[in-house]
Amino acid sequence: MITQFLSQMPVLLVVLPLLAAPVCVIVHRAAPSWFIYALTSWACFAIAFLLFVQVRIGGPISYVLGGWPPPFGIELRLDALNMLVVLLVTGIAAIASIYARASIAAEIPRERAYLFYAALLLCLCGLLGISITGDAFNLFVFLEISSLSSYSLIAMGAKRRALLSAFQYLIMGTIGGTFLLIGIGFLYMMTGSLNMADIADRLPAVSDTRTVEAGLAFIVIGLSLKFALFPLHIWLPNAYTYAPSAVSAFIAATATKVAVYALIRFLFTVFGAAYAFGQLPLGEVLMVLAVVAMLSGSVAAIFQTDVKRLLAWSSVAQMGYIVLGLSMASATGLTAALAHIVNHGIIKGALFMVAGALFWRMRAISINDVAGLGRRMPLTAAAFVVAGLALIGVPATGGFISKWLLLEAVMEDAHYGLAAAILVSSLLSVIYIGRVVEALYFRDPADNDGKTAEAPVSMVAATWVLVGASVALGLYASPLVETAERAAAGLLGSGA
Amino acid sequence: MREHTVLRVVVKLLIAPILIFALYVQFHGDYSPGGGFQAGVIFAAAIILYALIFGLAEARRAVPPGVLRVIGALGVLLYAGTGVYAMLSGGNFLDYDYLAHDAVHGQHYGLLLVEFGVGLTVSSVITSVFYVFAGRGRRREQS
Repeated sequence: MITQFLSQMPVLLVVLPLLAAPVCVIVHRAAPSWFIYALTSWACFAIAFLLFVQVRIGGPISYVLGGWPPPFGIELRLDALNMLVVLLVTGIAAIASIYARASIAAEIPRERAYLFYAALLLCLCGLLGISITGDAFNLFVFLEISSLSSYSLIAMGAKRRALLSAFQYLIMGTIGGTFLLIGIGFLYMMTGSLNMADIADRLPAVSDTRTVEAGLAFIVIGLSLKFALFPLHIWLPNAYTYAPSAVSAFIAATATKVAVYALIRFLFTVFGAAYAFGQLPLGEVLMVLAVVAMLSGSVAAIFQTDVKRLLAWSSVAQMGYIVLGLSMASATGLTAALAHIVNHGIIKGALFMVAGALFWRMRAISINDVAGLGRRMPLTAAAFVVAGLALIGVPATGGFISKWLLLEAVMEDAHYGLAAAILVSSLLSVIYIGRVVEALYFRDPADNDGKTAEAPVSMVAATWVLVGASVALGLYASPLVETAERAAAGLLGSGA
Repeated sequence: MREHTVLRVVVKLLIAPILIFALYVQFHGDYSPGGGFQAGVIFAAAIILYALIFGLAEARRAVPPGVLRVIGALGVLLYAGTGVYAMLSGGNFLDYDYLAHDAVHGQHYGLLLVEFGVGLTVSSVITSVFYVFAGRGRRREQS
């Protein structure tokens, strides 16, 4: 029985949330739904950890669904790369479960909370499915599951604008999903296969055709829409601003990261680095867009008056770092991109959790509303400072490690202009984080009741767990960097 | 619609055959064209036709939205549950071979159960979507 359980663990990552979501709908009450969500997300986290260790020791795991062998049936494939992403997603989901209860009780009507948790579980199911599947079409299906549930999650925001921003995201996201599907269709047309490894084997024979080139273009643009690469980022600030706080934290930390993972998977495993970056000039295109994203996102963040919107624009900039890392297609660059996927996920999750806690107290989240809260909510405000430093990339935080790796990668290729862009963007982030910190600590509060009142313990604790994780990854970076290095080596090895 | 006697009589005659045809498409899906999705849509079409002729309130009384929500969730559970049952009997997720004493029967049961789950969910979701659209603007007076 226990060996059967161990051999079924890969699919349980998807099946547990898939089973838990309808159970939430049937029980129909807020508290039990929250409990089901918490139980499921922690169980997934535990399974992800066991699988991570298993992959680390025994190498990639392949799981066959429904008894159909791989090139015909759907295969789940776990390796060093996607276990890193799975660990991030399940970890954030588990910590968000502690956070969500109080935050959601304050933001979503009690009688609709069960739908919220069901949608959150489906979103988790979709994100994990994208991460572990080895089948291109299956990846599209899971992408749709996660997207549809995140539209509805965003639409549950307290303000009416939430509906509009969810609709905007729906339009953009659907275009992205359609482009991805067209791209996969082109690949299927030329190779006759949907299994990623199988497509990778058959692709070199037909790679000089327009169809494959168009397929690559559709896939890159479709996924770039999903992770909001610079000119395709319009949906992101509104979606993150108007979503319920717990959703902003969860989606900002996971959804865009998983979409970048999917892009890395397609570019390096399916097409191969030699084709996408050698034969075609994809590296240069992505590099330019990444630099524009880094600079324009940071500048836009400086001029925001809403803390959540400021963080959202900062996400646009931070996605720039990740794309810059992968656009160099070097081992160091990919390592930096993967490390930043994890570090930025944790940091941005923490920052949005702080924003949620401030919102919980003030019922508003513009910079003027949070003025002076440093003295009234000392723990929450301190979490913002530490996570903000990590976002800037101050030594002893996770952000420093990944930016250092990125600089190393840039210097390796002697791109001094890019190094300057990274530094400028980091300095710009000092300004926008500084604006919020200044308001929190050095300005007088709008009203003078002067009471010290923290957010609920669960929210503060969850925030500090993420802040602590970010500091821990800064002080003791070798496990993450080592895993990222092994994943990068695996990607470049299979692509060559 | 009270004055359209012809419509009401014809619809009353039609609804039962539509429902039976939905069940036919459902349970012959593994031999002939059709299956859970198509059957679910046909089944929902019968309910929607009823609502168009006899009014939304009547339809909601016959098929309450709360029940639809539960049936929709049960359909997903039936689908995933079939997969989990295969796992508990020693196979992989959704490997129908393990559902019965021999593989052929297992494939039969698996397909039947999974398609039934799809049918339940599709019919209830389509009906719910119709209720939401048709009920736009009247939500306040009903609640």
